Amino acid sequence: MNDFDAIPDHGLGWLEASGEHADIVLSTRVRIARNLQGHAFGPRARVNDREAVLRQFRRSMERSEALRGGTLLEMPDVADRTRRILHERRLVTRDLLGEEGAEPASGTAVHFSRNDPVSVMVNEEDHLRVQSLLSGLRVQEAWHIVDRLDEELGRELPFAYHQEFGFLTSCPTNVGSGLRASVFMHLPGLVLTKEISKALRGLGELGLTFRGLYGEGSEVVGNFFQVSNQTTLGRTEEDLIDHLDTVVRKVIHDEMQARQVLLRDARGVTEDKIWRAYGLLRYARSLSFEELMNLLSGVRLGVSLKLLPGLRVYTLNKMMIFTQPAHLEQAAGRDLPQAEGDAHRASFVRRILATEGDVSADERGSNGDDAHAQP
Amino acid sequence: MSDMVCENCGSTDAVVHLTQIVNNEMSTHHLCEKCAAEKGLEAAPDVTNLPLIDVIAQMAQESSDELGSASEECSFCGLTFGVFRETGRLGCPHCYETFSDHLPRLLRRIHGSTKHVGKVYLPPDPTASEMEKRLDGLRRKLERAVQSEDFERAAEIRDQIRSLEPA
Repeated sequence: MNDFDAIPDHGLGWLEASGEHADIVLSTRVRIARNLQGHAFGPRARVNDREAVLRQFRRSMERSEALRGGTLLEMPDVADRTRRILHERRLVTRDLLGEEGAEPASGTAVHFSRNDPVSVMVNEEDHLRVQSLLSGLRVQEAWHIVDRLDEELGRELPFAYHQEFGFLTSCPTNVGSGLRASVFMHLPGLVLTKEISKALRGLGELGLTFRGLYGEGSEVVGNFFQVSNQTTLGRTEEDLIDHLDTVVRKVIHDEMQARQVLLRDARGVTEDKIWRAYGLLRYARSLSFEELMNLLSGVRLGVSLKLLPGLRVYTLNKMMIFTQPAHLEQAAGRDLPQAEGDAHRASFVRRILATEGDVSADERGSNGDDAHAQP
Repeated sequence: MSDMVCENCGSTDAVVHLTQIVNNEMSTHHLCEKCAAEKGLEAAPDVTNLPLIDVIAQMAQESSDELGSASEECSFCGLTFGVFRETGRLGCPHCYETFSDHLPRLLRRIHGSTKHVGKVYLPPDPTASEMEKRLDGLRRKLERAVQSEDFERAAEIRDQIRSLEPA
């Protein structure tokens, strides 16, 4: 059976490029951490703790309107490649899957709701991690979805809660609200105009932090940044959410200005960069994931600036997800050594651009004016 | 950092240096983190981007007591404070009670605060004051939803409030 058939939109709804500023903001994610009374937290939980937590969660599934009819995948029962695909679709964390190569711990699971785009990881670092992942900039909406499910879960389950410290978590960096909201943004304008370090420093001063593609500790690739709240204690959830939303809008504004500066002062170079990136993607025979991400950054900038008519942000989003190793292996129906994977990646990209990425209108378009081109 | 004496308790780790101007007279005070906190002088919440275990190590370096004794142990899960310092992960909800003397300093450093002000969780058998806190929280949320003209959400929260209020 295909596990993904049971997940709404196959867990890909967040790629659809809907939502505000979807060309700059790929996705918004809000998660809260909750733990149950009477059991050790994830890293110190024994098998019986984890199984008891999962049992309690299962019981709440029967009683909660929001959880009923959803899909629960227990990680040890899920095939290895499927687990990796779940991770590549950002539906589960590396942490839930356990050490690379090892089997996931018993009791680890993920639940997808039937109606709302919201899921619950069970027995991750915290007993429950409720998360909503949406396309575009939709911080408030994601929070409301998570909050609603949290209310239902809280009626059924005995949360570990402290009058002073709030919701208790394995790591003290999450205690209090347990809330982490993050916005996944593409900021090539700020990078190319060398304004990015100033922008990132500014985030730090405002209590926000940034990370790479896969969250904590991961590298920044393709000018994608994940911006999130740094603190979880001492401010209300609504404050944290509004603050992130406000600051992110400011960053988007700065990014758009930087792009205008690029077009004004270096239009020729910028257009050349964008078209070269497109050309490489369209014809390359081998692409590493990192190279792909860097080229996609150029093309995404082009689409956003309307320099590549006919290409949609949705197509670019799909290219990021379906070209990761487990997705390529799934399509090939077998494991792929790296060199082969690079060839499969390039071939996937060529095919999708041939069907969804016809930009041939360009030659008659507005770019014929070379007056601004630089030598 | 030089060993500056805290003028309140005499310990040698004054890290908060306060310059005050009162009636046009400037004065400078040196306090250790603990005494400063007791006087309500939070060190500026410079929430660092450092991984937690580095923050813990940094705090141990700055002050003579290392946050807490390594052998102190949680009676529920058996986690020692020493292990917490190495891993940055607490073992269970009870750890927050066991180490409640040491955690506020750390939390202040990480979050710039030691007190939760967000959602109030209502246990299955709530006391009157827990109920009141919970209702306060919901009313605050309601006000916010109305302000932002999110009437669907406001209606939802109003229902939650009604279900809790005595008939």
